[in-house]
Amino acid sequence: MAEIKSNAASVEFRNVTKVYGKSTVPAVKGVSLFIQAGKLVTLLGPSGCGKTTTLRMIAGLELATRGQILIGGSDVTRLPATDRDVSMVFQSYALFPHMTVRENVEYGLKFSSFNKRDAGGKAQAGLDLVGLSGFGDRLPSQLSGGQQQRVAVARALVLEPQVLLFDEPLSNLDAKLRRHVREEIREIQQKLALTVVYVTHDQEEALAVSDRIIVMNNAVIVQDGTPRDLYDQPANAFVADFIGEANILPCEVVAVEGDVANVQLGPVSLRIPARTHAPGSARLAVRPNRVQVTSPESENTLLGTLDKVTYVGSHLELVVRTPLGSLFAVTPDVDLAVEAGQAVGLGFAGRGPVLLSE
Amino acid sequence: MRHATQEYFSLHPTIALWVVVGLLGYAVLPWYGMDDNIFTLRWLFDGYPFDDDVAPALFLNLQGQKLWLAPIGLLLLGSFLLWGRRKADPAFGPILIALGAFGFGYLLLQGFAIGLKGWNWEVATALFGDLDDRQFGMGWGALLVAGAFLFLFTIGCAARGAVGGDEFVAGSIGFVIAVVGIFIFMPILQMLASAFVTQDGGYSAGTFASKLFSNRLWGISCLLGGPRCGAAWNSLLLAILVGVVTTALGLVFALVVTRTGFRYGALLRALTVLPIITPPFVIGLAIILLFGLSGAITQGLDAALGIAPSRWIYGFPGLFIAQALAFTPIAFLVMIGVVEGISPSMEEAAQTLRASRWQTFRTVTLPLMRPGLANAFLLGFIESMADFGNPLVLGGNFEVLSTEIFFAIVGAQYDQAQAAILALVLLGFTLGAFYAQRFWLGRKSYTTVSGKGDAGVHPHLPVPLRNTVYTIAALWTLFTLLIYVTIFYGSFVKLWGVDFSLTFDHYVKSFAVGWNDFGIHWRGAAWSSFWTTMQIALISAPLTAAIGLLTAYLLVRQSFAGKEAFEFGTMLSFAIPGTVIGVSYVVAFNVPPIELTGTGIILVLSFIFRNMPVGVRAGVASMSQIDRSLDESSLTLGANSWQTFRRIILPLLKPAILAALVYSFVRAMTAISAIIFLVSAQYDMSTSYIVGRVENNEYGIAIAYSAVLIFVMLAVIGIMQLLVGSRRIGRRGIEGDLSQSRTNVSQATVRPQTAISGGG
Repeated sequence: MAEIKSNAASVEFRNVTKVYGKSTVPAVKGVSLFIQAGKLVTLLGPSGCGKTTTLRMIAGLELATRGQILIGGSDVTRLPATDRDVSMVFQSYALFPHMTVRENVEYGLKFSSFNKRDAGGKAQAGLDLVGLSGFGDRLPSQLSGGQQQRVAVARALVLEPQVLLFDEPLSNLDAKLRRHVREEIREIQQKLALTVVYVTHDQEEALAVSDRIIVMNNAVIVQDGTPRDLYDQPANAFVADFIGEANILPCEVVAVEGDVANVQLGPVSLRIPARTHAPGSARLAVRPNRVQVTSPESENTLLGTLDKVTYVGSHLELVVRTPLGSLFAVTPDVDLAVEAGQAVGLGFAGRGPVLLSE
Repeated sequence: MRHATQEYFSLHPTIALWVVVGLLGYAVLPWYGMDDNIFTLRWLFDGYPFDDDVAPALFLNLQGQKLWLAPIGLLLLGSFLLWGRRKADPAFGPILIALGAFGFGYLLLQGFAIGLKGWNWEVATALFGDLDDRQFGMGWGALLVAGAFLFLFTIGCAARGAVGGDEFVAGSIGFVIAVVGIFIFMPILQMLASAFVTQDGGYSAGTFASKLFSNRLWGISCLLGGPRCGAAWNSLLLAILVGVVTTALGLVFALVVTRTGFRYGALLRALTVLPIITPPFVIGLAIILLFGLSGAITQGLDAALGIAPSRWIYGFPGLFIAQALAFTPIAFLVMIGVVEGISPSMEEAAQTLRASRWQTFRTVTLPLMRPGLANAFLLGFIESMADFGNPLVLGGNFEVLSTEIFFAIVGAQYDQAQAAILALVLLGFTLGAFYAQRFWLGRKSYTTVSGKGDAGVHPHLPVPLRNTVYTIAALWTLFTLLIYVTIFYGSFVKLWGVDFSLTFDHYVKSFAVGWNDFGIHWRGAAWSSFWTTMQIALISAPLTAAIGLLTAYLLVRQSFAGKEAFEFGTMLSFAIPGTVIGVSYVVAFNVPPIELTGTGIILVLSFIFRNMPVGVRAGVASMSQIDRSLDESSLTLGANSWQTFRRIILPLLKPAILAALVYSFVRAMTAISAIIFLVSAQYDMSTSYIVGRVENNEYGIAIAYSAVLIFVMLAVIGIMQLLVGSRRIGRRGIEGDLSQSRTNVSQATVRPQTAISGGG
């Protein structure tokens, strides 16, 4: 019985720039990155940030204007897609409508050094892996969206590529299916220890599936780290705001003692990680769930007035007007007895606020 | 293995292939053109390889003849400089480019420089002295060598990184540019040059100017009571009026189908097939049968009301009626796309803003159609300008450019320069219109079509307007029916206007079949031209479709420097009237290096390059509907661009292939304007045979033959539909609820953007 193996390899970008046609604005500008073999790394960013271009350069569908691209340590910068050992799952799945599911999965094997029988076995193993064993003779149009998506994954997997690419693979599925499929993709990736590069603009999806996330904005990388790093330690206001929601507030770094900074946030004094900050004015980010809503009399709190209270089932959403601006807070305590117009105090736990580099 | 980098201890395989092809052409196949078809292999026994007529270039050189061909062999051998070099070698590309460009250039240069009488250019005589040798048109050997140099050149370009280093794409681009250059641009340029030639063989700009601005072309004496105006003015006036009227009628039909709740829209759409399968002069013939001196209606009026028969129909009125009838379906085809393309939600928005139906139509619908109207007008204009068949049978003393060109060449005057000048004026008009259509309207017309997500319904027309369009549409339809009934009935009438008794004589005379000792004997007079036509049309249709679709693939799927010029060049022949192509082919291919007049090949070539834009359009339209991610996915799965083209794009393009095949076949069967210059005794075509019968006043046979052609074309369209259409993407829709399913191909019905009638 044939089985699918992994030939996972690393991907490296050295100062890669891509300029389309006669455009003067680069789509990707001086990007350097290194993706370890066997890891799932997500490229995350708003539309037009250059993440899809980056992915297509790994695939060889676009050639870099400047810089160097290495896969598995060898230079592939000038190689076209056909000659790279990379396969890709497209946003639209791109299943060939005139071929059956099996023919689709076997398609790439035809151009590799497989004989007909091996190819058949490989294709069957691929279909088994994605749970579509009995569907080989159907046409893509006879499958549901989720099934088509899995065929696309199987088709890419059977080539045992050095790198597997996903271009927003879940955007055509409904919300429930999305969670399910992304777990499946993650499972297969871990089982076979594949190198996967995954593009999405959905930050929740990125947090859920990735070993590492690379956040891009305006053609450059803004932050590169584990999901937890990105959420808890956003490098700047863009990342803080793009991944989850964040209140960005002006503050004053009073003093720095080693790794710890004394920060004055309005009337509130905080001791938080300094992250290379020197004394002076700065900005910090606080996640809405890290804002504690207490009574106005509590110590070391920011005074404010409740503007809006919204009950959304699993939690309460609060908008508080303060001298530092409007703050957004959520509390899981849905029985909290508060109402709009009421004065409240806002407290900040030591791990909540994060100083932002500008 | 996909990531293998092989060492070549020999030649790169593709290069080896082309070098072998080139050497085959140089050393094995006869270099010059022969009288026989090469596939009969008779040349092998005609003194090959030493006899001058059939010798390969190598043997000619070895015998000390045609020594100017020797460098070609050396250049081919030069490819062995690449022995052992890999593609990444920096010298690889430049060597190939140099060899290919120099070889191809030299081949053309020697071909043009040395002709039937030695040096063609006085400069060359001055430089090298007299040449005591001469050469004929190039043959298969030269063809293979030219191909080898061309593709060596494109491989070199690809190796230098052109079009992403893709050999297939680079080769295709090179091929299309070369054939379009040789078979469209070169003949037109040679025609331009020949316009300066005087009757005694010299060149004169003065004669050119006097002919170009002569009174015959631009005279306006008819405005002052004189007998006739210049042919240029006549053509222009006719074209503008026909453009206006066909556009209006096309709009009326489009409104009937989309905005009145008319239930038989499919029938009206079927009408659009008519001008495509009707040889262009047939409508003119029918009009003569109805309104001519001995026409049915003329004689009826004479008998009933005592109106004396006259020849009023010959000339402007008849031409105008015939062209309006023939080209309205084309305008309809354009207009229906535009009218359907207007997003219903815009009209619904207008209605919710309290506009009445009439106000909605006037303020929203009509303005949005403006680009489409202009588009339809220009198409009608070009078609009318290029129409040759109707003026030939109906023109009378009303001179138009297309027929004047013909008479300048075949008439007693035989003035090639005059024909070239007339052709230039005609080309100026149509290119102007073509240019306006492409750069002024072509882009605008798409902006009214919004994307998906419009679930609305088009509002109906206000009642008075609806009744008006119904009336007009009904009248037109009745008249068209009358025309076709006349043709059908007329083919059985003994002698129209004199003896209306029914007979099979015309069919028997043209299409009788008998048996003799050798089997079936095609006794009818028409069989010879009929089989030639079928043969030529069947050969040219797949070639046209192939080159059209290849070009469409390059235009839609590839990006390369100069793509816009490439697109313009390939679509240009769309605007070149058939008569102009005909004249330019006669001028260009009558003498070496490419000597084709009198052969079947020139007919096939003229069809391929006349009809190529139809294939390109059909291909572009349906290729744009195939999601690009399908190609990309195939590429990332390890297929190269040729494999992707063959396995993914072609199978999905079946409807477009069918459309291209049918159109090029049918146009090859109905065309008259270009081929009337190119037919020979051996290769006579149906249409020119029919025109010949008309000129001899044998209307019965002409009409019978036309009716046969129409039925044959219907049958062929049906068969092609079966052959190509039966292997659809298929099995879709069998499984009940497939509302969830999605594919990357929108299944468009085969409706080519703008059908082009046989007008040319």
